[in-house]
Amino acid sequence: MADKLNKNDALFQFLLRLGDNTLVLGHRVSEWCGHSPVLEEDIALANTALDMIGQTQFWLGLAGEVEGKGRTADNLAFLRDVWDFRNLLLVEQPNGDFGQTMMRQFLFDAWHSIMLGRLMKSSDQRIADIAEKASKEVAYHLERSADTVVGLGDGTEESHAKMQTALDLLWPYIGEMFVGDEVDAEMVKAGVAPDPASLRDEYDALVGRVLADATLAIPDSKFAHKGGKTGMRHSEHLGHILTQMQWLQRAYPGATW
Amino acid sequence: MKNEWPLWEVFIRGQHGMSHRHVGSLHAPDAEMAIKNARDVYTRRNEGVSIWVVEAAHIAASSPSDKGPLYEPSNSKVYRHPTFFDIPEDVGAM
Repeated sequence: MADKLNKNDALFQFLLRLGDNTLVLGHRVSEWCGHSPVLEEDIALANTALDMIGQTQFWLGLAGEVEGKGRTADNLAFLRDVWDFRNLLLVEQPNGDFGQTMMRQFLFDAWHSIMLGRLMKSSDQRIADIAEKASKEVAYHLERSADTVVGLGDGTEESHAKMQTALDLLWPYIGEMFVGDEVDAEMVKAGVAPDPASLRDEYDALVGRVLADATLAIPDSKFAHKGGKTGMRHSEHLGHILTQMQWLQRAYPGATW
Repeated sequence: MKNEWPLWEVFIRGQHGMSHRHVGSLHAPDAEMAIKNARDVYTRRNEGVSIWVVEAAHIAASSPSDKGPLYEPSNSKVYRHPTFFDIPEDVGAM
């Protein structure tokens, strides 16, 4: 009985991780709406943000169902505080300039596309179905962010320098994607999800190929910030995101359209 | 001016069997990005099955001041307009 409870709780945590990644990054990307360097990019970024919010509805909706306490996706998105979020530290990092935003997007999209590919074979049909739907959107996100990273990295002297700075800044947040814990072990045992470490080779190959095209140098450091997906130590930025994102539901509880 | 992306004209085919229609224009650094931008700007509500883009500079256009010589001669020749035929419904879009 204890074992069964444990597995359900692990599944809940695992779904929060998936949903919080897309929720927080979706919100981050939406901050560009009306501020992008050109109109076409503005619309493209808003589309990407909306795709991720859509995926969040599925992941957090299922998380609420699995938890079994009657919480909806909206409850989970708007009524939890920082320490209950389970997103990677990478996705809560500030937008910076446009290049930094696209670098963060590319580093996430690459991992996201590989992860969703594996989840399409999940033993849990509900997860496999969401992954299949999301993977089509993410394939496009990756194509777009990779092209932009190459375009700017292999662009002018100035754009190259900005992209290298962005890569140096964000690279230490990559390692967290591949660190497993007891939640992951439980998911592997149940055939629900892959061991995070098993994604690393494919990730390195994909990211290495694109960054080489972009004439950017991968930092020579394995140092990794951790504590986002476990909720142990989010960066200060997440609290600031939540004050904006959750403000309306906090000030006017239960408000609807 | 050197830093401006070129202008591209966008054509979208809404369904199989229909022709591409001009839907608008946008800026992009190259053809590949123009197609991606067109996807995001013009097909976000499932409008298309195929996208064409062409750099606006490559389109040769007739001059509005040539309107008379170009189009008016056809107005007075009713036999040029195929309005005397009933087209069976089964034919579909023409």
